[in-house]
Amino acid sequence: MLYRTAGQFKTSYYADHALFPVKQDAWLLAVILVFAFAIIPATASDFAFNALLIPVLIYALAALGLNILTGYAGQLSLGTGAFMGVGAYACYKLITIFPELNLLVAIALSGFFSAAVGVAFGLPSLRIKGFYLAIATLAAQFFLVWLFEKWAWLYNYSSSGAIQVPNINMFGITVAGPNATALTQYYFVLGVVAVVTWMAINITRGRIGRIWKAVRDMDIAAELVGINLMKAKLSAFAVSSYIVGIAGALFVFLWRGAAEPNLFDIPLSFRVLFIAIIGGLGSILGNYLGAILIVALPVIIGTLPAALGLPISSATVEHLNVMIIGGLIILFLIVEPHGLARFWAIIREKLIMWPFPH
Amino acid sequence: MDFLNSILIKPFADMFAAPDFLLQVLWEGLVSGVLYALIALGFVLIYKSSRIFNFAQGIMVVFAALTLVGLHEKGVPALLAVPLTLVVMFCLAVAIERVVLRPLVNQPDIILFMATIGITLFLIGFGELIFGGENKVMITEQLFIPTGSFEFEPFGGFVSIEQKDLTAVIGAVVLVAVLLVFLNKSRLGRAIRALGDDHQAALSVGISLSTIWVLVWFIAGVIALATGIVWGARAGVSFALEVIAYKALPVLMLGGLESVLGAIIGGLAIGILEKLFEIYWGQPLLGGNTETWFAFVFALIVLLFRPQGLFGERIIERV
Repeated sequence: MLYRTAGQFKTSYYADHALFPVKQDAWLLAVILVFAFAIIPATASDFAFNALLIPVLIYALAALGLNILTGYAGQLSLGTGAFMGVGAYACYKLITIFPELNLLVAIALSGFFSAAVGVAFGLPSLRIKGFYLAIATLAAQFFLVWLFEKWAWLYNYSSSGAIQVPNINMFGITVAGPNATALTQYYFVLGVVAVVTWMAINITRGRIGRIWKAVRDMDIAAELVGINLMKAKLSAFAVSSYIVGIAGALFVFLWRGAAEPNLFDIPLSFRVLFIAIIGGLGSILGNYLGAILIVALPVIIGTLPAALGLPISSATVEHLNVMIIGGLIILFLIVEPHGLARFWAIIREKLIMWPFPH
Repeated sequence: MDFLNSILIKPFADMFAAPDFLLQVLWEGLVSGVLYALIALGFVLIYKSSRIFNFAQGIMVVFAALTLVGLHEKGVPALLAVPLTLVVMFCLAVAIERVVLRPLVNQPDIILFMATIGITLFLIGFGELIFGGENKVMITEQLFIPTGSFEFEPFGGFVSIEQKDLTAVIGAVVLVAVLLVFLNKSRLGRAIRALGDDHQAALSVGISLSTIWVLVWFIAGVIALATGIVWGARAGVSFALEVIAYKALPVLMLGGLESVLGAIIGGLAIGILEKLFEIYWGQPLLGGNTETWFAFVFALIVLLFRPQGLFGERIIERV
């Protein structure tokens, strides 16, 4: 009943390819958006913003970028963290060189830097495939992090070697830096994430997205039917790194406030990869579900023992946390290798049938 | 001109000016190369027999070394701790096969790869929970590994070779020789290679997949223990050893994912080249610490010319 599709006739090819072929999906999205834009900001505490909501959005955006490369175009990458770093450092240099620049513009521009670096490191993908390529992206990971550390110009020769976000005003409101409130930061991130997601959905379901999927499923066959592999793979690297770079800029400017080079080290890359895989490769929704799980889990594990009155030291909690995440990854892969998005797809199918299961 | 000189001429002039120092650098590179080769070897074994890209090999090294030292700290004599650690590694192999691999048979490569990252995280947390995260000292003397050093004076200079490094190299050579004999001559070794060549065919002639998997993971565990002892003797036992796990990856890339010979040659080549690069190019020109990325970039460049690595199987693709 909830998902009754009877009566929703598609009378044209165009209608069949609508963004929401089923009316209920549009309603659901509307409800989620109302929650995201109105109800959650009105009720959430600063802790919830900083520890849950903002990181979920940013990680989901980074995973979305990776998912375009890995889930849609089939090129496994382990260098996401470094590309986030490129976005963050590019944004930092733009802001310090042009202090009058609008932060939105700076973030949008910084994506282009990481896109350029991404394409450069994506070039080997034309010859190298599979795990060999994954290790090749690790070259980007280690080289770029080393560069962030050694190239003092990047962090304006500061003695700490870290970048510090200054107070940035936009239309009279402080949106980034120590003086910004969590609420404005949340709205800023939510706005950027919503727009990028909307664009990503349209790219992936359109012509380019279908080309990527063809390359992912079998690149030789794709080449035989006339797809230009070079254009397809490099465009995937460009779009993916662009989004990842934006996520990196948001990561530092709207959430962390400061960054050292080793922040963009390999654990960050893996965290984003977990989110993409646990959420579901080749799914936009999955990135959000995965990010919610991965971000919320340590918070829950961190607060649960105290709430239950169990005397566990914080170091033990930290170790348990790592262990449980490792175990959960394995469990998830065994139970549902297609990720959380597949769970939602199953639920949705059941709801269409409900209450008559056959 | 000055720039070209500092890249192309001066490093070589430095090498010839101080041949004793060059020898020392080469030796250091060789020793770390042997260790990279050992880690890569554990990896190749697993990839050959099951097409699993085992990211956990590096953490198995740490875990084996930690177990050994931890057992010794609990009062177990050193020579008893080694077989006990082997028992632990065997249990680990059985557990991984039962809990992780068996349910994931026939899944895509990336899923299995992610599962081994899951194993990595689990082992990090588990190891820290039991043995603590702090740095430990490897029980070198208790295992009768000599700790002195030989000193030479070639070309009127001075070269010092640590005895434990020499032991490590000899031990690694023996281990590899035993392994090669096992793989090529014994029944089980042939079964492992058969499984690597063709799963279906091997199963149909009665080779048990799960037995072989346990065996292969156990051998990888033994190699991990050997690597852990040697590396721990050099650098102490801690989770910082994780970084050497990443070093095995460019070695594999260079040597080819399924070649034992490739792992050894790749390991030695990368160990020596990255030391040379660090000393003669990295420190004077690039601000040092180039060892974090040199191996990867080098392997990447080689891969552009040979996409399957130097000794990997030719990739044949059909539609």
